[in-house]
Amino acid sequence: MDIHQTRTWVRSIAAAMDQHKDHLTQLDSAIGDADHGVNMQRGFTAVVAALDGYEPAGVGDVLVKTGTTLISKVGGAAGPLYGTFFRATGKQLTGPVADAEQLAAAFDAGLAGVQKLGAAVLGDKTMVDALAPALEAFGAAARAGEDEATAAEKAAAAAETGAKDTIPLQARKGRASYLGSRSIGHQDPGATSAALIFRTLAEVLKP
Amino acid sequence: MKKLINSPDTVLDDALAGVAAAHPTLKVDLEARIITRAGGPSVGKVALISGGGSGHEPLHGGFVGPGMLHAACPGEVFTSPVPDQMLAAAQAADGGAGVVFVVKNYTGDVLNFEMAAELAGDDGIEVATVLVDDDVAVKDSTWTAGRRGTGATVFVEKIAGALAEQGADLASVAEIGRRVNAASRSFAVALSPCTTPAAGKPGFELAEDEMEVGVGIHGEPGRSREKLEPAAAIVARSLDAIFADQPLAAGEETIVMVNGLGGTPLIELYVAYADVAKYFAERGVRIARNLVGNYITSLEMAGASFTVCKADEQMLALWDAPVNTPALRWGA
Repeated sequence: MDIHQTRTWVRSIAAAMDQHKDHLTQLDSAIGDADHGVNMQRGFTAVVAALDGYEPAGVGDVLVKTGTTLISKVGGAAGPLYGTFFRATGKQLTGPVADAEQLAAAFDAGLAGVQKLGAAVLGDKTMVDALAPALEAFGAAARAGEDEATAAEKAAAAAETGAKDTIPLQARKGRASYLGSRSIGHQDPGATSAALIFRTLAEVLKP
Repeated sequence: MKKLINSPDTVLDDALAGVAAAHPTLKVDLEARIITRAGGPSVGKVALISGGGSGHEPLHGGFVGPGMLHAACPGEVFTSPVPDQMLAAAQAADGGAGVVFVVKNYTGDVLNFEMAAELAGDDGIEVATVLVDDDVAVKDSTWTAGRRGTGATVFVEKIAGALAEQGADLASVAEIGRRVNAASRSFAVALSPCTTPAAGKPGFELAEDEMEVGVGIHGEPGRSREKLEPAAAIVARSLDAIFADQPLAAGEETIVMVNGLGGTPLIELYVAYADVAKYFAERGVRIARNLVGNYITSLEMAGASFTVCKADEQMLALWDAPVNTPALRWGA
């Protein structure tokens, strides 16, 4: 993945959040406070503006800028969590191009940052339920010698499955946890937006 | 959606412009999105700073002024503010004695204030944090994000703000804030949902004869849905939950708040307060001070929250200390 593709990825995330804003907000109104779609759209719109005219030296710079902007613009839990994911990922990628193995290691650092901040583990009904299986699939593909496009396709599929698998879970983190067992039966909005991010990556890298 | 707004996208900016125009005692920085005292920082005194999503007015901006907050950071409706706002507030309000962040326990608020505390620390500003988590509707366990911060926030901001005004140091101001939180419990019941301007639709739906029990302040569904009850039964249900969590013996003194969630008229809050007073009298527990009104709201949600603080002499004395803010004013 080169700098141009990284920019395209982030811009495509913005377009995806714009397109899926109402769906994310609808999921969030069932078990949260009905603002996830709006917040993600507002955040990535700000990211696109921040990247305009920005001259990154490496792939990582684009992602660090993305993360920093999300932290300053989004608020809520999603701002710091996604902001940290992109910042921690970006800090690992210093070159103008990143291969599948470098990306896998960087994404792992991103997830570690998210889990350190939010203290969520697999099964808590959060974005981690999409991110963790996505990165596992991405890493396995990279270790098997697949290119980043194939790895991203597998990651996207795993993230989507992970997001769907949050439906029967009872939330243990975030605002949905206040509902207790009433959070069961609803798909987690954070896991859903995380799956969108990886689906977008797969589309951008598709040869 | 029927709202007195110009556009869902500009609600916060438009409201802040109104706050600026209405209250010359406040300084509203529309760019940084912070509300501070017009007089600037109090040199040598600890500054109390709070913030959170908007839609809970008068909390927090309405509590900025002598005897209470030094600065407030309003986020988008029901969305926590960002670290840049809290840092700007800390820089604007620090009088050299440090700042106390009063943070309601929600994942977003906690994460953003944590990041801001780091940034302020890098800037040489000493920061202490008081986390408010008083809502007994949420079980405090490893299975949830912990109890929500609700009505006790008003008590913490008033009492810790009074101590800061007297010139106490950072550790003492934070300590009294934590003690007030530890001594306070809240419970809320909603009679109608609310609609955020951005979503345009209510967070949940309630039939004419239903109520949502154990709600928070963000239009999210509560713990259970029940048939609508008379005020006395709603009060008893709420206070039972509070007393079960923190037993109060005859003769003990309390500060009690009956708070409207935004869409309930004062006449109904007084109906509820009569039942609250009766409930306390039957148990011999004293209501030494009270507040009845809209102090921490949830947009236009109908319903009420009940907050009880088991108060000691120092808390009562600080409660009585002068306060001069748009939403709370006495002795000044």
